[in-house]
Amino acid sequence: MSYIIMIIAAIFVNNIVLAQFLGICPFLGVSKKVDTAAGMGMAVAFVMLLATLVTWPIYYYVLVPYELQFMQTIVYILVIAALVQMVEIILKKSMPSLYSALGVFLPLITTNCTILGVAINVINFEYSLLESAVYAVATAFGFSLAMILFAGIREQIEVSDVPKGMKGTPIALLIAGLLALAFMGFSGIDNTLKVMFNIG
Amino acid sequence: MSKLGIIINGLIKENPTFVLLLGMCPTLGTTSSAFNGMSMGLATMVVLILANIVISAIARFIPDKVHIPCYIVVIAGFVTLVQLLLKAYFPEVDKSLGIFIPLIVVNCIVLGRAESFACKNGVIDSACDGIGIGLGFTIALTILGACREFLGTGAIFGLNIMPENYGALTFVLAPGAFITLAYLSAVFNKLFNK
Repeated sequence: MSYIIMIIAAIFVNNIVLAQFLGICPFLGVSKKVDTAAGMGMAVAFVMLLATLVTWPIYYYVLVPYELQFMQTIVYILVIAALVQMVEIILKKSMPSLYSALGVFLPLITTNCTILGVAINVINFEYSLLESAVYAVATAFGFSLAMILFAGIREQIEVSDVPKGMKGTPIALLIAGLLALAFMGFSGIDNTLKVMFNIG
Repeated sequence: MSKLGIIINGLIKENPTFVLLLGMCPTLGTTSSAFNGMSMGLATMVVLILANIVISAIARFIPDKVHIPCYIVVIAGFVTLVQLLLKAYFPEVDKSLGIFIPLIVVNCIVLGRAESFACKNGVIDSACDGIGIGLGFTIALTILGACREFLGTGAIFGLNIMPENYGALTFVLAPGAFITLAYLSAVFNKLFNK
């Protein structure tokens, strides 16, 4: 049950884009069409799970024993960059169809702060490896959900009459603001569920 | 371009927040008050200047194929430096900025300037570019933070201007960040990019 609450919290209550402000660049950049938004969401989910599964053991079995926790940022970003590169090469060879679907999004992911953010978050929250994996997948779903909703609204905005000064980014940000407002409606349900099922 | 021209270019024509729309995550995530916005801006500026200086000095020696990983290592080194300094001397700031300090590494502004400016220009010019872009970022974040703090709590830099119960808390919370930035960038567009 606690896992289900964690998933709900990560997707709706603490949505990574709309409540935590991570991954805004791809959120604004590749959200003009629903298809591309879904593709990006898939790529992020894939890399996020992988990156968390790799960085978690590195932190606890390499950095902590040698007291190198202060190197976390440097080590993580290098590992993630290398990982993305490797995933790209492997996918290209073994799964060309998936590669062409994720294609352009993969290199962009290295500088996507959601990946590094989640990898650091699971350490800060002191999650176990399994919890970290669940958290990563749920967060990625939250990211995809926000992306797809946002892209759907933007497709409609394309054809409507927007005041000149608000065209482009300002109107997109405004939509994001309204979406965030809508997502605020979920705030607190994770705590209510915890009380309901007596989980600390 | 003169040194001053480079700085002003970063402030207005290539303002990272309002014009280039880079580094949106810290822009939205840390501007719940003017002070937080300013400290985030300054932390990024320090990294930006130092990274620009070092990258412009060593860019010639880095093979083209591995230049991005090399830049990232340089940037990550300086970010760690800033992170440790903040933890030691300004623990309060470190706490309120939280995860956004290590995330300066993936701030597109820093890597973007390394790629588009520092690797092609001299050390001093790159330092000026770092100052200009850094100041542009800091000012943008401070303005955004001040607007949100004022609308949300009726204070600026913690100084109460409006009566006690003034303010719509939404502006301090997540939605306010998007909405305030939307209107500010519309105003900036109107003023500077006709």
